[in-house]
Amino acid sequence: MSMANGRAQLVGGLLFLLAAAAGPALPDWIVSLATIAFANALVVLGLIVLWRAGLVSFGQALYYCIGAYVVALTARWTGITDAFLLVLLAGIGAGITAVLVGFLLARYREIFFAMLSLALSMILYGVLVKTESLGSTDGFSVMTPTFLGYAPHREALGLALYWMTLGVGAVGAVLVGVYFRSVAGALAAPIRDNEIRVEFLGVSVNRVIHAKVTIAGALGGVGGALAAMTVGHVDPNMAYWTTSGGFVFVTILAGTASVAAAFVGSLVFEGVRSFAYDVMPSLWQMTLGSVLLLTILFLPDGLGSLVVKLRRRRETKTP
Amino acid sequence: MNTTAPVTIASGERPILSVRDLEKTFGSLVAARDITVSIPPQQTVGVIGANGAGKTTFVNMVTGHLMPSKGAILFEDREITGMPSREITRLGISRSFQVAQIFPSLSVFDNMCIAAAIARSSGGVLGGLASPVASPAAIAEAESTIELFQISSYRDTTASTLPQGVRKLLDIGMAVVGWPRLLLLDEPTSGISIEEKFDLMNVVMSALKSRKITVLFVEHDMEIVGRFADRVLAFYDGTVIADGTPDETLADPQVQELITGVKLKSAAGAGGHA
Repeated sequence: MSMANGRAQLVGGLLFLLAAAAGPALPDWIVSLATIAFANALVVLGLIVLWRAGLVSFGQALYYCIGAYVVALTARWTGITDAFLLVLLAGIGAGITAVLVGFLLARYREIFFAMLSLALSMILYGVLVKTESLGSTDGFSVMTPTFLGYAPHREALGLALYWMTLGVGAVGAVLVGVYFRSVAGALAAPIRDNEIRVEFLGVSVNRVIHAKVTIAGALGGVGGALAAMTVGHVDPNMAYWTTSGGFVFVTILAGTASVAAAFVGSLVFEGVRSFAYDVMPSLWQMTLGSVLLLTILFLPDGLGSLVVKLRRRRETKTP
Repeated sequence: MNTTAPVTIASGERPILSVRDLEKTFGSLVAARDITVSIPPQQTVGVIGANGAGKTTFVNMVTGHLMPSKGAILFEDREITGMPSREITRLGISRSFQVAQIFPSLSVFDNMCIAAAIARSSGGVLGGLASPVASPAAIAEAESTIELFQISSYRDTTASTLPQGVRKLLDIGMAVVGWPRLLLLDEPTSGISIEEKFDLMNVVMSALKSRKITVLFVEHDMEIVGRFADRVLAFYDGTVIADGTPDETLADPQVQELITGVKLKSAAGAGGHA
């Protein structure tokens, strides 16, 4: 177990270095596509945290949008443009929202959890649409970020954001990995299986779920912050339910077996989407739908399950 | 009804559990009433009674699953009436269930290991975040409990596929892995074939004895009660109608009439009633 874990971490680390080193050699559009994909992967990581406990949120866009608006508004009101500080503030802002919302959400399960989280994100959408000072449906643009005093432009900016997103993503992945090996993290499957037994072992299920909602919220906020800086614009659509649906899509595609799969899955999703949009602009949703259908039919546990299967096969071969 | 005089076996020692005037009503239905019982450490107490007599209601109140309508529950002189079950567990009262409550998607070892890890963590969310689930101490505790309950051959089996008897042992093992001082077993042999019942109870009782756990078990089979209990409480219509050694309780005319049936010949040799 620990050896397989060690190897997975090694492979993950090498892929990370490879992705970082390849940055300057890649065309701009790929760099920006990958940046968005890895930013969204953080939201997906949060969904995996919930999913393992049997909870699906159709409202992660709430935190995504809050993270994005925290960045845009902080920069606008205070003039702070440091990307690291902004991302931190976004994570805290979305995390606090999740703590508050969690008091309500942690009491619900299954479809009620899913729909209630969707409803909350749609409330934010409605409020933003009606707020003309924040640009209503048009949103407004995000000031160009700086990096500890370094103020790049154009290609250099894209690359800096790419590296930053990779770094933040790696930190997120490592922390979520540590969480999964802790008692609170490992309680996901037991909670999905049998809440009564968990309570009688001496743990409050609601509190564990509340913590999961908070972790997922903070990750969503960080993802939204990185996406907002990369796109350079925020609008209410970031809270719309189709945005949440996209994250759920990627989670199904990635599967919940591995932390790294969130990043690969998100990259595949963005890749397929932009390819489909390019080739058949009016039918791109159909292409995405087909990919989802094929995933559910032939890879019900997602891309991550491929790695797990490979590892298991190798383990059975070596005595 | 005032048939329960203090039992002689209970005297002398400070009780680990003492229950006074316990009552539970659901609307106009009285599920339990006037229950006053005191249990000394390391005693093994059998609880008998027909369905609906209040046995499980009693267990549910002691373990915090149900809030009593009246009365008090003291565990080692500390009032625990109405505390949530998870806090009662942390104090040292554990329970198993009539239908085994396990984690079906996990292996036997993972079931036991998570139970051990929870018991070793402090319980709060932060405590749960700080402690790793597969700590060497939790693993050792899980392994030794699996061995204690003699289910090592099922160690890596997914729990959903386990035979009924092993499920029961796993359920009880998970309740024991945190070293409780009082354990309540709700019908440990229900759903088990007659041939296997005694083997199962032998494994369970010797495991519990080795850990010096005070046991209260609900049981319908009078032979098992006679064989394993030091003391028997008989429930009828929500209250305790007899309390004494197995011989005494099973020989009680009221018990024979209302619970065991007059024709039953108790294995404890007490049922001489013609």
